[in-house]
Order: sequence, then C-alpha cells, then structure tokens
Amino acid sequence: MPPETTQPPDLIQPVLTGLRERFGEAVREVSGHRGEVTIELATAHLVEVATWLRDDPSAAFTHLSDLSGTDYPERPDRLCVDYHLYSREHNVRLRLKVRVTVSDPHVPTVTGVWPTANWHEREVYDFFGVRFDGHPNLVRILMPEDWKGYPQRKDYPLGGVDVDYIDAHVPPPDQRRYRGGWTST
Amino acid sequence: MSEVAPERDRATQSQLVQEAVVPPGEAHDLPAPSAAERVTVNERRAQQVLAMGGGDWAEVSARAHAEGDDDVMVINMGPQHPSTHGVLRLVVELRGEEVISCQPVIGYLHTGIEKSIEYRTWVQGVTFVTRMDYLAPIFNETAYCLAVEKLLGIEAPPRAQALRVLMMELNRVSSHLVWLATTGLELGALSVMLYGFREREEILDILEEVTGLRMNHAWVRPAGVSQDLPDGTEERVRSFVDDMRGKIDEYETLLTNNPIWLERTRGIGVLSSEQLVGLGVTGPMLRAGGIAHDLRKAEPYCGYEQYDFEVPTFTESDVYARYQVRIAEMRESLKIIEQVLDAMPSGPVMHPDPKIGWPARLALGPDGLGNSPAHVQHIIGESMEALIHHFKMVTEGIKVPAGEVYVTVESPRGELGYHVVSDGGNLPYRVHVRDPSFVNLQTVPVMMNGLLVADVIAALSSTDPVLGGVDR
Repeated sequence: MPPETTQPPDLIQPVLTGLRERFGEAVREVSGHRGEVTIELATAHLVEVATWLRDDPSAAFTHLSDLSGTDYPERPDRLCVDYHLYSREHNVRLRLKVRVTVSDPHVPTVTGVWPTANWHEREVYDFFGVRFDGHPNLVRILMPEDWKGYPQRKDYPLGGVDVDYIDAHVPPPDQRRYRGGWTST
Repeated sequence: MSEVAPERDRATQSQLVQEAVVPPGEAHDLPAPSAAERVTVNERRAQQVLAMGGGDWAEVSARAHAEGDDDVMVINMGPQHPSTHGVLRLVVELRGEEVISCQPVIGYLHTGIEKSIEYRTWVQGVTFVTRMDYLAPIFNETAYCLAVEKLLGIEAPPRAQALRVLMMELNRVSSHLVWLATTGLELGALSVMLYGFREREEILDILEEVTGLRMNHAWVRPAGVSQDLPDGTEERVRSFVDDMRGKIDEYETLLTNNPIWLERTRGIGVLSSEQLVGLGVTGPMLRAGGIAHDLRKAEPYCGYEQYDFEVPTFTESDVYARYQVRIAEMRESLKIIEQVLDAMPSGPVMHPDPKIGWPARLALGPDGLGNSPAHVQHIIGESMEALIHHFKMVTEGIKVPAGEVYVTVESPRGELGYHVVSDGGNLPYRVHVRDPSFVNLQTVPVMMNGLLVADVIAALSSTDPVLGGVDR
C-alpha cells in the first residue's frame, strides 16, 4: 500500500522534537489542521531552522514546494509568508510560517537554503511588499517594474465599478460580500 | 534588434524603476562597472536583473559594452516569438554561436487570477483556475477542488473521483501531445507537429463531448463534477485508446532513432540531480534526471492507488531523456484510462449534502451546456423550496470552514500545488498556485550556459513552459 495522503502525526513527531530541542526559542507555535502541520517561527531564526530542516536526516526537507504570502489586515503583524516543505525521503510535508509588519517587512531570504526560492520570493515581494534580506535580485517579477503598490494586499482595490438598478445598488466587485443580499464590507 | 526609446522616455522609466523597487542600498542596486572592480562575465551575470518593461535594454547592452567584450552580442527573443511557447521573453548573450547567458523575463500574461478569485464564490473559483495552465485545465480544476474539499472535510463520491482521473489522464496525453508537436516543429520535424495536433484534436473532441468546452471546462467542481459522462463516450474513449497506442508507435518510428532528432536532443540542456532538487524541479524533467518521484504514487489522490502504472524514469537528464519520459508517460496514461473505464464505480457524481453539492445537474443542449431540462422543470414547475435553494446556492454559494491547506497533484509539468486559505466565509480568502512551469523555468539560465544558439530552443522547449500558468 502506498503511504497516506496526509501524514500521520507520528511521522513528523521526531522533527518537531528535534526542532524544539535545538531551536526552542525560535518556535512560536505548532498547530495541526486537516492533517497538515504548521510551525510558526520567529523571523530571525528562519534561515538556521530551514538549514537544519533541509540537512538533518530525520527531516530531509530538500524540496521547497511553494512559498506564498497572505495578508491578514486585522493583525498587527499582518503580512504572512508560508513555506511549504516536502521531504521526498520521508514523504512528509510541513509548513513554516513567519509574520512581519508592514512598517518593518523584512524576512531573511532562504535562497541560500533552497535556490528555488528565488522567483517565489520575488513574487511575494511583488504582491505583498515583503523584503527578503539578502536576496540576489529582489525586483518585481510579474507586475511591471514601475507598478505602484502591492496588489495582493487586502487593502489594494480590485477595481471595477458599482452598478445601480432601479431599486438596488450593487457595489464594485472588491466591496461585494454576499450576506443575504449584496452588501459592502 | 535594439529597442530604441526616446531619451525622455528612458529617463522617466529608469526614474520609475528607482521609485518602484526596493530602496537604494539593497541587493538589486548594482554598482556601475568600473575598471577597478572589474568582475568576470559570469559573476555579473549571476547578479543581473532583467525586468519586463524593456527599459533595461539599454542597460544590458551598455553593460556588455562596458565589459569591453566586443564579441558579445545581446539578442532579445520574444515576448512575441514563435518558439517561446507563449509570451516568454529571453535575453540571450552570445559570443559567436555560444550562449554565455540566458535570462527569462516573465509577467507578460499576468492577469491577476489569484486576486480575482478572492472576490468570487468558491464554486466560481473553478472558472478562474482552469484558465491558468491552459493546456492542463482539468488538473487545475481538480487540484483547486481537492483543496476546497479538504477544507470542507469531505470527499467527492467514488464515481466523481474516477471520472476526474479519467479526464486528467486524457488531458495529460493531450498536453504531452502539444509538447511533442511544438517541440517537433521547432526542431524541424514538421510531420510530428501535424500528427501531434491531429491526435490532440481527438482528445479535445472527447473533452468537449463531456464538458461542453474544448478548454476552460470548469467541469470539476468542489464536491464532485458538474455532470456525468454522456452516452457513448465510454466506447469513444476506448476506441481512442486503442488507436492512440499505434499512434505513439508512429511518433517513435519517426523520432526515437532518427539521427537528426538524436543530434538535436542528446546531451542538450543537462541538469545534475543537485540542480534539479535545489531548483525545485518536478515532473517529467525530474524523472528524466533519474529521480523517480511522482505525486500519483507518493501521495495518491482521487484513488490513484488502485491503478497499476509505472513511473517512467531515465537518467541522462537531457532533452532526449525528457522526450522519452513524456512518450512513456502517454503510454502509462492510456493504461490508467483503460483501468478507470474497467472499474468505473456507479453512483452520483456530486456530494449528496445539499448544503455543499451543486443543486443542478447540467446537460448538453443544442445550444451548449446548461441546466438539465428535468432540473428546470423541478424548480420552476414543482418546488418553490427547490428554487429558493438553487438561487441561494448559486448566488451566495457554499461556506467553507476557516483554515488553510496545501494540496498537490501531478500535472503534466510537475507538482501543481494549491495553497488555499479560508476565513469561514463564502469567498476564498487567498488562493496561491504553485505552478510547475513557473518553478521549472528557473532552470533556463542554468541549462543554457555554454549551449549553441540553435540548441536554446530545444532546451527551453524541454521544460514545457505554459505561460498562462507561469504568469497567472
């Protein structure tokens, strides 16, 4: 039988124990949801933890699957960067998470650990304005280089116009939220 | 070749660049080349930044000039070039025939799909993701729907899962056929182009029969698929599979031992396994480099574990090995398609929970895809409650519990990953797509070093980039 789609917790347990032993102060929170394990890290320790996760035989996360950003405007540290790691050897996935503020959006680059992070980090910079310190060439990648603003932040408007009917008003697309009637958020 | 912009525009553009990118002092702020700190061409190339606007063109040629190397020629290829597989731009530096650097520039097809999804309901999201990697729409839909289903904590009914596998494998064959056809065309094998597109047309006809559309199907939906197979499709797929085996033999007769094909593809674009792993390469490129990793085997989804198939692996890691992997994968896909048809479970194709499953059954009418006449009869003529329910499901959509998941499927190009975040509402909070073409394109600068200019196209083509997925 091939292994399960989502890893049982016991596969990831030695990694978590090892992490806590070595980088106790770096690990802010460990959570599990729908069979996926998320480790929230202190930004300053990201690179050393990443290097250990890649090199230690109990972890062997040699493949950085994905690196993506999310904006949570209600939080003070609203910009969130997720690292989706995969260990081919153990067939286990793990998500690392760091959070930074808009006023100080600095995250150390992991291009030295996983070279594939290069374009991913440029994309997150492009869309969220997260600065990856030490990145070899941190410039916009998908938007034009003279673009203003960071389009995937939640306060960046989608654009579009509102529509007036005789007895109804539909707000522009980015303000629509259907809650038993089209209302503005 | 050079794009001469008026002096005034150039000044404005570089000014804008200064303002838009990170403040001065950060990594991209390259020092002006001077005799004192003269770096080698290679070191400079490693730092070189190419943005998409075209305003950097003068900079690139000036830099080449400042290096005092009069033999170096900078060629701009694309974004509108027949061999760049969409709107990809390559800036190639040549010394004579030899490529000394090749930088891909992307972003020309960026349409903000990830942003737009955040303002549509979960079901409408399917119509966006299917437009990303337009050669593998079924894979995009399936991966997105698997992510939504994981957040919902449900699984689609067995028949829907089997239908997804059937359609994905048909789609994989059609995607590999486009790769074979275009690569053949670019390397001068014109017959292969004609044959590849001929067979792909067969598959598109089947996809159209099932979904109503040749591409951008939006056929896979959260909690199932939008409609069952129409009568007669099964026989049609079976006879296609029988034909296709012979057709693949035909391609192999044309190419596999063809001295010109071997000359153009063997030893070209070689990547070491360290490079493959470090650059996050997945899919046929990885398997052509001796790493037998396939998500259908490693982390099976949609019931792939019940089908018997091989993971073709080669070790040369060149263009020829990638060709062999794709050809072998087409054969394996045909095997899977037959097994799916043999073991097709019966039952519904949409989750029975009325708060999750799409209320209507779609049907193909003379004017295309629409609600089935029986369903329209039910909501208009028989049941007021059914009408209200239908209206609520279509306008307000389903609510997905808060959380985040990362779900992957093995697309024809590699690991297609969906990072989906929900805040518990009826609209996705964030959908990020890890597109395999995006990641695999990063190998281009590494692969091209030292190649002859004629081999650039072969090496680029072997990554099978689809710019709709790269730029999203």
